[in-house]
Amino acid sequence: METNWPLYEVFIRSKNGLSHKHVGSLHAADAEMALENARDVYTRRNEGVSIWVVKAVDIKASDPADGDFLFEPASDKIYRHPTFYEVPDAVKHM
Amino acid sequence: MEAARKKFILQWADNSMILGQRLSEWCGHGPVLEQDIAITNIALDLIGEARYLYQILAVEEGKSEDDYPFMRKEAEFYNLLLVEQPNEDWAYTIVRQCIYDHFHYHFLAAVSRSKDEELAAIAVKSLKEVRYHLKFSSEWLIRLGDGTEESHQKMQNALNVMAKFASEAFLSSEADLWMLENCGEPDLAKLKETADKDLLEVIREATLSWPNQQTVRRGGKAGIHSEHLGYLLATMQYMQRTYPGMEW
Amino acid sequence: MTQVSSLEDRFLQIIDADEKIEPKDWMPEEYRKTLIRQISQHAHSEIVGMLPEGNWITRAPSLKRKLALLAKVQDEAGHGLYLYSACETLGIDRSTLLDQLHTGKAKYSSIFNYPTITWADMGAIGWLVDGAAIMNQVPLCRCSYGPYARAMVRVCKEESFHQRQGYEIMTVLCKGSEEQKVMAQDALNRWWWPSLMMFGPNDADSTHSELSMRWKIKRFSNDELRQRFVDMTVPQAELLGLTIPDKDLKYNEAKKGYDFGTINWDEFWEVVKGNGPCNEERLRARVEAHDKGQWVRDAAAAYARKQKEKSSLSKTA
Repeated sequence: METNWPLYEVFIRSKNGLSHKHVGSLHAADAEMALENARDVYTRRNEGVSIWVVKAVDIKASDPADGDFLFEPASDKIYRHPTFYEVPDAVKHM
Repeated sequence: MEAARKKFILQWADNSMILGQRLSEWCGHGPVLEQDIAITNIALDLIGEARYLYQILAVEEGKSEDDYPFMRKEAEFYNLLLVEQPNEDWAYTIVRQCIYDHFHYHFLAAVSRSKDEELAAIAVKSLKEVRYHLKFSSEWLIRLGDGTEESHQKMQNALNVMAKFASEAFLSSEADLWMLENCGEPDLAKLKETADKDLLEVIREATLSWPNQQTVRRGGKAGIHSEHLGYLLATMQYMQRTYPGMEW
Repeated sequence: MTQVSSLEDRFLQIIDADEKIEPKDWMPEEYRKTLIRQISQHAHSEIVGMLPEGNWITRAPSLKRKLALLAKVQDEAGHGLYLYSACETLGIDRSTLLDQLHTGKAKYSSIFNYPTITWADMGAIGWLVDGAAIMNQVPLCRCSYGPYARAMVRVCKEESFHQRQGYEIMTVLCKGSEEQKVMAQDALNRWWWPSLMMFGPNDADSTHSELSMRWKIKRFSNDELRQRFVDMTVPQAELLGLTIPDKDLKYNEAKKGYDFGTINWDEFWEVVKGNGPCNEERLRARVEAHDKGQWVRDAAAAYARKQKEKSSLSKTA
């Protein structure tokens, strides 16, 4: 019987105040083992204070081919960005 | 330094050194890449712990830390018979580790409460690492004990062989008694209760059973070892023995 | 925005703009295949590469050296893992990759088919083999495939300690006894030429190079990197007081670099074909570790399954 341990994606918070960042993946039989493996593999040099692991199959990802209708519509809505608005130079702290 | 304190330090350091050496044999040959990395981490922790302890003696005696692991003879090592037993396979390795971690963890906790501040500080540092070892080996013991029929059998066999080496850790040598008397810890007889209870709980969860009819193998603390240690030292001391007195 | 006429155009546009291709992006089948071949070969090299150095972990001459070597070989396992993980994003799983290694279908770097006979080999490997590897790997941090580039950033960050510890071992030997100096020179003699072979065949004979350059998987040619390595390493050898085993080695003022002798490519191809001094031992060690680990992997999977069933039972109860 060839049993393949499932693939887990690993996210690490390098220090408090930062969000978790994807660092790679690994194989583990269960989530607990995945956490321990992630600790041993991805934080050998003090790289983290918190780890998330999630089964790769449980991630639903957007399709890059849909990029034009998912993301491009946002690119011409410049009124969402602060630089769109002109404010006199005399106004401070804005 | 008191002879008894030195002996106590050597017992402790040699345990970590010899088990670290054993575990390092796995590096590159683990059952899966992730576990190869994990077992090597434990080896690094243990050899690091031994090094701190040898350094205390080295400073005191004007020697080098390397004189202790590499230049002593078999009978001058005071580690438990348990830790010198060969790796055999992942089952033996995990069983040996789990038995040792249960002792090691409670031992360090006790030493960290002792009046010997120098040793207490090392114990505090190692305790953090060993807590992880204990979690790791306990989970693996359970996982393999309660895995497949084949793994269950392999683990039970390993347990049947290793069980007789489990008690030596808790049998006090004169050095252990000297520490207890002079520094208040560790009380090995008392440790045994807690450690045994915890270990039996893990074994129960692993659906394994502690073998009846226990013989107890001992001798390591007195420098009387199994045949395995000689081979281990022959390998470990090869360089220092072949090229004595050189820097590397 | 420019209209792109086809998926392939869009792909090339990303490459030309020095942006990254990510796993779910469209890519030419040949790009995918090239990457799988290269990344898996790289991953296998890390894993097989643990063996020649692993040889000396149990015999390391001091506690300091033992810890450093153990940590280094463990890093190689980590690097193998990062790379398998990058390779898996291309839609192939690790067990398939391992099968390819174990059946001899996939290659790994030939350098690891040479034996480590003395402690000085630990120095020579760190200095020369890791030095050559870094030379190859640094440009890969800018490779066009995102997951590979990111894995290589991690690898390179960790790799720098490897080369330094190797050179330090050589330094200590060269300052040591006569016997130790001889040991160091002997290691250099044995590892020099195989290290030069690590950069692969001469550009004229390299089969995969042209497309890899076009797709920015590869940034420099084999011969360019080899030349850089020689130019970097010769002064380091001089500092150690060691002699590079090449009577044709000579500084060429005009090209501001060293000319060096001809590499024995027959030897190179023999080792690639499987006839190197340790090919059989290396592969056997890997297959054995994998086979002996089968029951462990099965048991852990079975346990995880049981736990899952238990927890779903307790939820419905």
